[in-house]
Amino acid sequence: MNLPQLQSGRTLRFARAVLLAGFAALSFAAKAGEITVYAAVEADNLKFFGDAFTKAHPGIKVNWVRDSTGIIHARLLAEKDNPRADAIFGMSVTNTIALEGMGLLQPYEPKGLDKIGALYRSKTNPPNWTGLYGWGSVVCFNTIEAKKSNLQKPVVWADLGEPAYKGKITMPNPASSGTGYLMVSGWIQMFGEEKAWAFMDKLHQNIAAYSHSGSKPCEQAAAGEYVVGLSLPLRGARLKEQGAPLDLVIPKEGTGWEMQVAGILKGAKNIADARTFMDWTVSQSAMEAYGRRAEVTAYAVNVPRSEHLPADLVPKMIKNDFDWAAKNQSRVIAEWRKRYDAKTEPKK
Amino acid sequence: MSAVALPALRRVVRDRDDWLVLGLILAFGVFFLVALVLPVGIMLSRSLQDTAGNFVGLANYRTYFATPALLQSIANSFFVAALSTLIVVVLAFIYAYALTRSHMPFRTFFKVIAFVPLLMPGLLKAIALVYWFGNQGVLKSALFGASIYGPIGIVSASVLWTFPHAVMILSTALLMSDARLYESAEALKTSRLRTFRLVTLPAVRYGLISTAIFVFIQVLTDFGIPKVIGGGYNVLATDIYKEVVGQQNFAMGAVVSVVLLIPAVAAFIIDRIVTGRQVAQLSARAVPYAPKPSPAFDRAMLIYCSVITVLTLAVIGMAQFAAVVKFWPYNLQFTLAHYSFDVEGVGWDNFGNSLILAFSVATLGCVLSFVSAYLVEKPRHDQKARQVLHMVALIPMAIPGLVLGLGYLLFVNSPSNPLGFLYGTLALLALSTVSHYYTVIHLTAITALKQMDREFESVAASLKVSLVKSFFRVTVPVCAPAILDIWIYLFLNSMTTVSAAIFLYGIHTKLASIAVIHLDEAGRLASAAAMGMLIVYACVVVRLVHVFVSSRVLLRTQRWRATASAS
Repeated sequence: MNLPQLQSGRTLRFARAVLLAGFAALSFAAKAGEITVYAAVEADNLKFFGDAFTKAHPGIKVNWVRDSTGIIHARLLAEKDNPRADAIFGMSVTNTIALEGMGLLQPYEPKGLDKIGALYRSKTNPPNWTGLYGWGSVVCFNTIEAKKSNLQKPVVWADLGEPAYKGKITMPNPASSGTGYLMVSGWIQMFGEEKAWAFMDKLHQNIAAYSHSGSKPCEQAAAGEYVVGLSLPLRGARLKEQGAPLDLVIPKEGTGWEMQVAGILKGAKNIADARTFMDWTVSQSAMEAYGRRAEVTAYAVNVPRSEHLPADLVPKMIKNDFDWAAKNQSRVIAEWRKRYDAKTEPKK
Repeated sequence: MSAVALPALRRVVRDRDDWLVLGLILAFGVFFLVALVLPVGIMLSRSLQDTAGNFVGLANYRTYFATPALLQSIANSFFVAALSTLIVVVLAFIYAYALTRSHMPFRTFFKVIAFVPLLMPGLLKAIALVYWFGNQGVLKSALFGASIYGPIGIVSASVLWTFPHAVMILSTALLMSDARLYESAEALKTSRLRTFRLVTLPAVRYGLISTAIFVFIQVLTDFGIPKVIGGGYNVLATDIYKEVVGQQNFAMGAVVSVVLLIPAVAAFIIDRIVTGRQVAQLSARAVPYAPKPSPAFDRAMLIYCSVITVLTLAVIGMAQFAAVVKFWPYNLQFTLAHYSFDVEGVGWDNFGNSLILAFSVATLGCVLSFVSAYLVEKPRHDQKARQVLHMVALIPMAIPGLVLGLGYLLFVNSPSNPLGFLYGTLALLALSTVSHYYTVIHLTAITALKQMDREFESVAASLKVSLVKSFFRVTVPVCAPAILDIWIYLFLNSMTTVSAAIFLYGIHTKLASIAVIHLDEAGRLASAAAMGMLIVYACVVVRLVHVFVSSRVLLRTQRWRATASAS
């Protein structure tokens, strides 16, 4: 292969130009003072938290990649052998335990870890992830539509199984939404398997539709599409702010909930800044930021909560076994699909 | 070039043009390998692995077929796809017929209206349908107690969404026709209906079948519509979503994708059988048909198109309404507050990204698809290679965007891939988008080319006019309307695309269509509608410029059609 000198020179120059153009386009490059964080946080909350971080660490620029938990999780799995991000933030603990099990996280002990309780950190020492804040499930109840169809507010979960609610309830499908799973896992942990499935059998009779997103049921209740949406209190609070005629009800027995966590990814390019970021996630200023937007934080902070959140939410959160929830996820979802998913057409 | 010196293989005598063709076919081979076959192959191969990546044979398939929900999903998928296809083909055929074969006024206007549903991101169509027909909907009673969340919603949204595609393919087919046949029919005093049955229908048979196959497969593989408006009505595409996004089970997601591929392969076989029978409609001596005024018929067509227009405008009007009311349905005061997007990662730069993407995809896809269609249709040699090229170009239609996006994600992140640096760039987004829409643009170009007699090429060859020259001097100008349609089709689709892009956007390359989804996820449905409407405004502007430019180009290249009608 004896190429003429001139041509090989030209080829080289061309190759170099292409490579340079490629690097210029490099979208996930590592730079000092810059980290890439995958965030499964709602976009408006993320802006609030991100601003708080920038205020505390103006020297570090965070490139946020925000998406829903499922999309972020899928991306992380695909990037397993070629990690692009430095850290995850606001990921649900159930998903994070799965990522931890696949060895995608690296341990780090953030400054101020001692303030955090055992439930809010991974079992390893130093921890692979630490907790930030949590949210539970809630019944979004449209008062205007309820009056029209003469429905009473539910007091206990079993009420939602009564025939009066037939075709009036929506909830997220646990096979497509983490929020759906946290409800199912909550019921099983509260009532035990047998009673929980018996309750869900009854509830299923009343469900108008299972949605693919955790917040959709509350939105549908807010817009009067259905009277009751099993969903997230934060979404309910946001919709009430906008003027939705909603009551956020937490049944007497308590409610399942999910924790959001942060951690450093194995293969992080900018470890130093990622660690600074992790230190911040458990700092007082971060907790105060979460406290204004979430129901419960990894340690108590004294900030005003949204007035639209139900007052009895925190005491009603069940004692949650996240490891159980993560380990049993595929089994429970398979059982759920066997029972309800084959016939989930809307009922009248 | 050294190629000229090579001895001719077998007994085929190749001239320079034939070598050019072979070279181009090979270049397309490489393109499709990178842009389609490898990414999709990686994704589908996951169906044979467990979650840890070990080979498990058909175990996932056994698990899947043991799931009771499966048969229901398959039946549901086929039902909504078949029903949507039936409705769309009928509606779009009459519409395209009115556009191309009648003398009704405002034809350009109606042509633009047909594209309106393409301007709207999927979520926007769903919002509009829910506001019209949901439980609080203005016209809820029109459904007689049935729910919009379910098959009715899926079918109506799918009809809305595929209508522009169908009109595009069918108009192309109807545009190319030989006036001499109609003159003969008239001379023989053949009735209008009989002429339609014996001349028009056979001439567009191929277009009709491609449209039906296209719509069927599109509805079958789309997950966006059933996700937002399907309620609990399970279809195969949402099953993939549940596996991949709900439970990160790539293996089972891949299994469902393979199940979805089967009807697509069947469609390909049908397509081959029909193509085998197809002969060119527009012979070199053909005289293009120009419709003659016929008051009663024109009035009927005008009424029909007006009805479709009203329906289309009702949908987009409701979407606009959703963006400017305070809180549906309890507070209908006017507000512009939803147009200020104060959330992380949503802003005008998303919009810039979308525009850059749409322009690059439209231009790149236009060139690629027309050349690939030409290579399939026109050359004399390399029958096998050309068939393979055609087959590969039909694959994208069968691949759900979600699967394509995941395939790209896995492909570009594989450590051994030298193209890894493309991850998160607009270049990769553009490549995946061209690939995603390849089948329809390829088929549109084919339909246009099919109707040009091969004699054009033979004459060019015997006159020793080079392939390149006859391509640019004859083929491209004759097919200019189809090329322009392909451009705008790609542009509009790139502005609203979500399914593949959601896995591939990077830190600085988020698209406006993705921002719509993120706003909805943040509980700001009205803001999502507002962002969606911004996409619509941009699309309308580009579409109007396109109409203006097209009319200029068509005036220059299509004058022969006018001459024919004058004679």
